[in-house]
Amino acid sequence: MARRALQLADNVALLIRRHGEETFPHECCGALIGHAAAAAEGSSDESDAVGHGPSSASGSWATAAVPLPNTTEEGPRRRFLVRPSDYRLAEQRASELGGELLGFYHSHPDHPARPSQFDLDHAWPTFAYVIVSVMAGVARVMTVWFLKEDRSSFDEGDLNGDENPDPDPAATVHR
Amino acid sequence: MATKILIPTPLRPFTDKQEAVEASGATIGELLADLTTKYAGLKAHLYNEQGKLRSFVNVYLNDEDIRYMQKELTPVSAEDTISIIPSVAGGREIQNSEFRIQNP
Repeated sequence: MARRALQLADNVALLIRRHGEETFPHECCGALIGHAAAAAEGSSDESDAVGHGPSSASGSWATAAVPLPNTTEEGPRRRFLVRPSDYRLAEQRASELGGELLGFYHSHPDHPARPSQFDLDHAWPTFAYVIVSVMAGVARVMTVWFLKEDRSSFDEGDLNGDENPDPDPAATVHR
Repeated sequence: MATKILIPTPLRPFTDKQEAVEASGATIGELLADLTTKYAGLKAHLYNEQGKLRSFVNVYLNDEDIRYMQKELTPVSAEDTISIIPSVAGGREIQNSEFRIQNP
């Protein structure tokens, strides 16, 4: 099966990196809005506020990121939580922009950009999960993950549109 | 008696891409059982291996979280709207040393 892909608009990659650095040493989180692969394929309407990018059958195009508050009560240095009211807000924002909710991003302060067991336990199907590693306050590796249908693990996807400053890709887990 | 259920984006692939579907039942529990019978792919994402609703699955009766009502025994009517709303959570691995500090 082909690897799934997520294309980030330039400003989206930058926003995620900045958000992760601003909240360091706490985790940041936010929503990704754009066009899913199937929806984007064959679409030619460029009047949407979200716009359209070079999507393909295996890739989605994230054109907007919406920073959300991390409301976890378990310690924001190692956890994030998007509460239901903010999730609703993200769905509403996606609708307003003429796109759809593609997934969420969060940071791992001083840890690799690979999903944890906690990420796996709380993951939703079909969503793209972008993780940015923020080491000593500087955003480094950024990766994207998709939950397997049987919830057993994540598949790593291809993240495009980000100039990755770290030459070594994050080691993968849960495969 | 059919009640409207609003489906969040990540679960729509399991409801034939429908944003809203209908299910039958006198309580939230019965309604969700009917929903997961009609759309079997939803079950693994709504319930854990013990058959309990997953902690990050929030069910609202109109604008009320059923956790603050009668949970899955909360009665429903055809006029109600049920919403399934995700909590999105995650975070990094906890190192053994941190775990020992938090759980001495």
